[in-house]
Amino acid sequence: MKRVAAAWFLLVAALSLTACGGSSGKSSKASSAHPVKLTVWAGWSASTHELKVFKGVVAEYDRKHPEVKIKVVGDIVDTKILAAIRSGNVPDVVSSFTSSNVGKYCPTGAWIDLAPYLKKDKISLADFTKTPLYYTQYKGKRCALPLLADTFGLYYNKAMFKAAGITSPPKTMSQLTADAQKLTQKNPDGSLKVVGFDPASGFYDGAPNKVLRFASLFGGHYTDAKGHSILSKDPAWAKSMQWVKNLIDWYGHDKLVRFQAGLGDEFSASNAFEKGKLAMVEDGEWRVAFIDLEHPNLDYGTAPMPVDDSHPELYGSGHVNGTIIGIPKGVPHPAEAWALVKYLTTDTHALAKLSNGLRNVPTTKESLKSPELKPDPHFATFLRIIDNPKSNTAPITTVGSAYQDLIQTFALKYQAGHVSDLHAGLVNLDKQIDAQLKQAETGGAP
Amino acid sequence: MSSGLAAAPEVELPGLTLERRRAKRKAAWRRRRLVLLLMSPWIVGFSVFFGYPLVTSAYLSFTHYDLLSSPRWIGLSNYRYLLGTDQQIWPAVYNTLWMIVVAVPLQVAFAIGIALMVARARRGVGIFRTIFYLPALAPPVAATLGFVYILNPANGPVNILLKHLGIDGPLWFQSPGWAKPSLVLLGLWGVGNIMIIFLAAVLDVPEHLHESAQLDGAGPLRRFRAVTLPSISPVILFAVVIGVIQGLQYFTQAYVAANIASGQASQSADITSNLGYPEQSTLFYPVLLYQNGFRNFEMGYASSMAMLLLVVALAVTVVILVNSRRWVHYRGTAS
Repeated sequence: MKRVAAAWFLLVAALSLTACGGSSGKSSKASSAHPVKLTVWAGWSASTHELKVFKGVVAEYDRKHPEVKIKVVGDIVDTKILAAIRSGNVPDVVSSFTSSNVGKYCPTGAWIDLAPYLKKDKISLADFTKTPLYYTQYKGKRCALPLLADTFGLYYNKAMFKAAGITSPPKTMSQLTADAQKLTQKNPDGSLKVVGFDPASGFYDGAPNKVLRFASLFGGHYTDAKGHSILSKDPAWAKSMQWVKNLIDWYGHDKLVRFQAGLGDEFSASNAFEKGKLAMVEDGEWRVAFIDLEHPNLDYGTAPMPVDDSHPELYGSGHVNGTIIGIPKGVPHPAEAWALVKYLTTDTHALAKLSNGLRNVPTTKESLKSPELKPDPHFATFLRIIDNPKSNTAPITTVGSAYQDLIQTFALKYQAGHVSDLHAGLVNLDKQIDAQLKQAETGGAP
Repeated sequence: MSSGLAAAPEVELPGLTLERRRAKRKAAWRRRRLVLLLMSPWIVGFSVFFGYPLVTSAYLSFTHYDLLSSPRWIGLSNYRYLLGTDQQIWPAVYNTLWMIVVAVPLQVAFAIGIALMVARARRGVGIFRTIFYLPALAPPVAATLGFVYILNPANGPVNILLKHLGIDGPLWFQSPGWAKPSLVLLGLWGVGNIMIIFLAAVLDVPEHLHESAQLDGAGPLRRFRAVTLPSISPVILFAVVIGVIQGLQYFTQAYVAANIASGQASQSADITSNLGYPEQSTLFYPVLLYQNGFRNFEMGYASSMAMLLLVVALAVTVVILVNSRRWVHYRGTAS
């Protein structure tokens, strides 16, 4: 029995040890004869051109640095990053599209603090653009750097504008509504054939979701000085939600849902704007590259998103978000990993090349002016948006994107007509967001 | 434990010496050791993959644990938030209960119905059996993808067909009212596993019972109620218990359907931001649990949700089992 018990115990111990994994933080001495193998994780998908562009820039670095040999892995989502960090079996460099998770990665040390590295290499944060600097740190702890940014603007189909007699892109929300209605076409049976502008949450949405992006266009703020949620107190939220709902109601909610269900995949050549099923769309700057590749003959224009009629000063601004890059805890080769992160985030040539391929907005002030950037009037709109002092982003908190999910859930219900009292709903939403934050920060302990 | 393995009854015989008794005890010990040895693969598996996670989960449910830093004891806070504050819990509980109350009886009835039909087929029994069983082999993700496609409100074959009949088809997975019924349809389509068990049970009903009932003048309906149903009642119990437990753990289909129907499947980032789409109608308890644990990194809280689920699952199962004494008949026992 003793022997059996002992064997059993050993087996259990062995299994749990393998489950816990071992992390090593050693940096190995690199030489060109024995290059250090680095692994880089990226969110870009192998099914689009984007991963190839990123790999191209990394390959250039790889060629110039014989001391390393780099492997890029695409299609990475945050759950995978989380699992890797927990297992201790981490890549050298990680990047993520979910900047809101910085609120998780920085305070826990899951992504290592980059401040010492920045200091050692005398890199000034002032070299970076303002908003991306915000969403790559949490409460002053910098565990990430921006790897190009995304700004959102309006894409409009010029041919359809011409046919409808519209001469310039809308600048206010009431103009947007009027143009959207003018551009909408119906089938003989009353169903929607072409939609002028689809403001519905969830549809062709991104992170953070449309509700948040639209609220900014109405001048919406998230919290008061004490950090409490003020969606019910700041009238911009109700106003933006009402604006969305009014336009949806004009189409008919169910009709719009049916129309959406018949549209092609957002990140494919059958994207509805590219196919001419949507006359206008709010989208990120990356769409310029997708259109170039998939529908180079599409006659379209870009402009900043229209803003609330009573806030004309906001015109020209937009929502900013972007890819974040860092080094995970337990990294096998921290020095080499940092060298690569530094190159990707600060080297003007690397940023310009990435920007040319991805048509994402470069994130250092110098690279924004780089002569290497291929000029493109469609893309130039987005370079101006990031420069606009009123451009902003969603708050980074310890709950990650959880508060954004709550807002979206509520907005979807409201848009479908299942919320009778908007103000009461927003009051309750504030309560939920505050409670969620408290629960995440302190475990709800009194 | 079977009698062959249990130690022989210890009877104090006057002539038995101390040594013999000791030898006997040793032999019993050896037998027990053998049993343990033979059981060890199960014991190890059970402890490592069930016991250990269960205990850990119970511990974590009293902690604040973000998966990245070590858990911190916070007492009952998670449970207070779970039962008092979190407003997403109740839609999730409602949806899960809805699924159990509606889908489980329908699935059982549907499976019995098919089993009865297949059992009566004179020719091609094998073909029918295969046809009805086949969907159960489809992986849940693939099956869900197929259903979301077939039930696409704009260009899915079902709605196109309905349109030809002059009916404006529902929005299916895109409508909060129809999303759960669509999932029920998916469940009914894949009912083959239970159907096969019912088929075996139906074929196992003694023919003489049917014959004597027929002689007594019982019609087909009456024979079904008085002969078939009681005979297959243990299998019904099995199907109900399994169905309820699966209902409490309902996840994959809801997760896939929400992501695909909301049109966000192609985004490699944030694919789960629309869990429960549309309007939380597919937000089942395990989906919310997953969201809290793996999207929001609130594993302590997710663990408390899991503990509650465990308690509820146990309670429901016990209630069904106790209640079943009234309607389940085991052959060969008086009832």
